[in-house]
Amino acid sequence: MIEIKNLSKTYLLGEIPVHAITDISVRINPGEFVAIMGPSGSGKSTLLNLLGCLDLPSSGTYFLEDFNIKSLKPNKLAEVRNKRIGFVFQNFNLLPRASALENVELPLIYGRIKNSRKIALEALKSVGLSERSKHRPNELSGGERQRVAIARAIVNKPAIVLADEPTGNLDTKTGKDIMDIFSRLNDEGTTIIIVTHERDIAGLTNRTIKMLDGNIDQDISRMELIP
Amino acid sequence: MLILDLFKMALRSLIANTMRTFLTALGMIIGVASVISMISIGEGARQQTLSTIEKFGTNIITIKPGRKKNRHVSSDTVKTLMLSDAEAIEKNIPLITGVAAQVYRSAQLKYGSKNTNTTVRGTGEQYLKLSNFTIERGRYFSKEEVRSIRKVAVIGSTVLKNLFGDSNAIGKKIKVSGNNYLIIGSTKPKGALSWFDPDDQIFIPVTTAQKRLFGLHHIQSIDVQAKKMEELEAIKKDIDLLLRVRHGIHEGEDSDFHVQNSSQWLNSWGDAAKTFTYLLGGIAGISLLVGGIGIMNIMLVSITERTKEIGIRMAIGAKKREIMEQFLIESVLISFIGGGLGILLGVIISQTVSKIGGWDTIVSTQSIILAFGFSVGIGIFFGFYPARKAANLNPIDALRYE
Repeated sequence: MIEIKNLSKTYLLGEIPVHAITDISVRINPGEFVAIMGPSGSGKSTLLNLLGCLDLPSSGTYFLEDFNIKSLKPNKLAEVRNKRIGFVFQNFNLLPRASALENVELPLIYGRIKNSRKIALEALKSVGLSERSKHRPNELSGGERQRVAIARAIVNKPAIVLADEPTGNLDTKTGKDIMDIFSRLNDEGTTIIIVTHERDIAGLTNRTIKMLDGNIDQDISRMELIP
Repeated sequence: MLILDLFKMALRSLIANTMRTFLTALGMIIGVASVISMISIGEGARQQTLSTIEKFGTNIITIKPGRKKNRHVSSDTVKTLMLSDAEAIEKNIPLITGVAAQVYRSAQLKYGSKNTNTTVRGTGEQYLKLSNFTIERGRYFSKEEVRSIRKVAVIGSTVLKNLFGDSNAIGKKIKVSGNNYLIIGSTKPKGALSWFDPDDQIFIPVTTAQKRLFGLHHIQSIDVQAKKMEELEAIKKDIDLLLRVRHGIHEGEDSDFHVQNSSQWLNSWGDAAKTFTYLLGGIAGISLLVGGIGIMNIMLVSITERTKEIGIRMAIGAKKREIMEQFLIESVLISFIGGGLGILLGVIISQTVSKIGGWDTIVSTQSIILAFGFSVGIGIFFGFYPARKAANLNPIDALRYE
């Protein structure tokens, strides 16, 4: 469960403060499939980074499960990122010198989990890439790379997967495949939050949060529509 | 487990930049190699000097006339030491194995048409043993010959070569300052030190030298051999006491002679050589330091280059410490490789020097451990700042870095 209250984030761009998000409160329940939409500069990526514990809010509170994120020390935050959250990026962010399997294995290594190779291979298998495990990222197509990134995000079985424009660099067909994987993960009970600017992609989720100028403009849930 | 993975990651990134890694390690290679080869050359020179000095005997106490402070006063002008002093020492001092009184002058030797200038040393029958000379041919003179002031001579190998070439000298007569002396023996060569040649001298009975050759009443020095090194100090005290009584010196007055032992001389030579070794090692150590700075430089570049990678690692759960360890392992690995190759190169250099230069070099285990430990230490020291810089990056800033 995610619960944020009166969350704000202000950056300093040189000397000028930029209010990326201002006073946002939102609650996301376990098992939800959420799309965050909005024009660029609306604060959607900032919100996702805050949710992913990559960044800390300037004010307000953020509860992830039982953790009060603002009060956690850097090492504990690293552990939360490692165990509770899976992150998928627009540009995949794979380590170029490591094979697909090694990329997927990395969170397990940092989490000090045994049998990491076997578990990583299973994760790759679940995204349909087990036969490409020895390849390096530059030997894989965009869709394959993103599937490796998803395998890496889910390998530690996190409760929440955050994806920042996961289909942004992919063609429509591949993007659809990636979304299928997210849907399947969601069916298995993982909370999924996707930042996107594509209406089609957002349409595949159950709830759309629209942001504008650092605020939540609309919060439309389709849950009620489903009988 | 984790450390092994970090090690693998570090190794992979070093291999990915082979050229850069090699050039960085080269700084360490040169540093370590120069430390090892310089120390080996210095140490070789020290051992060589010491072993040469040791040829003259180390458990020898030397008594010279004149006060110790007046070191520069020639023992010629101070005539306080007598042959009877040497005899008294031999008779009264316990724990000694030999005494040899000496007078020496430079003189001209002549054999047939050949002549040479050399040192004529008048001394006792025990001198041979005390000075570590050995007879090559013939014999040394006896106590009886000393007592009866015989005109016999034992010649050093350099003199032998100068006057006789390869032919036999035993039984021949040479002229020393115009007087005939019978050659009864020759000594084995000891080998020259850089500053003087111990084989370029002849030995005659001290009494003969005093009375027939130089016309002296006094002697110039007395060498006393101790049975054991540990007893040197006690013997020195005894001699000091005995001679003060014999010379009628009152308490509180300075002695008119001084007693020193050769091991002190040896030590001070050894110390000087050690300083030389440290100096060489220190200069070489500077290049090690420069190598370390090279590592730091490359690590800083590498971290800037890999900021995004650091961000990714942090995003998937790497802790500060793990990022830091990864980069520290990299820098230590570079210095480790550099250290290893440096040792190899250092050993090769020192062996080449000893082969080509004919110099003794000694690669000591200590110098290897020192250089290697130092290089790994430098890897940690100079890797620490860049590694910490990497670890302190903010995840989101690192991730956004382009």
